[in-house]
Amino acid sequence: MFTVFTRPEAMKDNHTHYCPGCTHGIIHRLVAEAIDELGLRERTVGIAPVGCSVLAYNYFNCDFQEAAHGRAPAFATGIKRVRPDLVVFTYQGDGDLASIGTNEILHSANRGEKFTTIFVNNAVYGMTGGQMAPTTMPNQVTTTTPTGRNVKEVGYPIRVSEMLATLRTPAYVARVAVHRPHYVVQAKKAILKAFRYQVANRCFSFVEVLSTCPTNWGKSPKEACDWLEQNMIPYYPLGEHKLPDRDEP
Amino acid sequence: MPRIVIDENRCKGCELCVINCPQQILAISREINARGYFPAKVVDPPRCIGCRICAIMCPDVAIQVAVNSAQYSFFEY
Repeated sequence: MFTVFTRPEAMKDNHTHYCPGCTHGIIHRLVAEAIDELGLRERTVGIAPVGCSVLAYNYFNCDFQEAAHGRAPAFATGIKRVRPDLVVFTYQGDGDLASIGTNEILHSANRGEKFTTIFVNNAVYGMTGGQMAPTTMPNQVTTTTPTGRNVKEVGYPIRVSEMLATLRTPAYVARVAVHRPHYVVQAKKAILKAFRYQVANRCFSFVEVLSTCPTNWGKSPKEACDWLEQNMIPYYPLGEHKLPDRDEP
Repeated sequence: MPRIVIDENRCKGCELCVINCPQQILAISREINARGYFPAKVVDPPRCIGCRICAIMCPDVAIQVAVNSAQYSFFEY
């Protein structure tokens, strides 16, 4: 017997604190597998955000730094500029990156800092109990929008990938999802590509991953996957939104 | 024959493996585990085709897949 699937070396043996059915665990594993496949574990530094994945340093078997709320790209900029030989990635949620940290991510992308950002978009603030996030869907019920998100009062959800793709600086920007097996396979390819661009010192790389939050959406894990497919994917189109090789005027 | 090993104390019983298994050979156990969840278990091991989809969908890395011979790879992962 030989093993064809097991825990990647870049992931620790700890039990995660995530709710049952939360796809954070899948995204952690994809990042760890990408680090292992490229042989980067000994020189990788991750930046943990504030949010559900605040304890990510307990689960990754590489160096980690905990950042202030939304400031992970600023930390990554500092680490990458002082030690360009290291591989730096930030792992951020939508409450962290799209709300309080919009300034940091936008300017890091615009400066073309050579690090990788994994952006987990689950359309809600998970850790604090399911409040409305900038990425919450129109008419989605959360604890702060009990009658559904009213787009006349608070506007439409932010499409962060499209926003970063408008910048002139070369970058790799992709959006993937992890609610079905074939999407997970595509997500792994995008994350691998993002790390390869960083190792080649090409450009800033950004992978947005659509994730489920069964607890705060009030659904079972299966219903949450179906809800993501029916509601989020039409609004947040998947695919590569920007490639560094593409010529722009 | 492929063999699936589910770490029952790591499993949180989210059913993502159960609903995605193309052979439908996984089910939720009736026995509770040490952390208070009902873990997944394999109910029909001989029908496993070793596609690894259960392990790929597991958010808690509770599933290991082993094979004892050359195995058809259904997709690149």
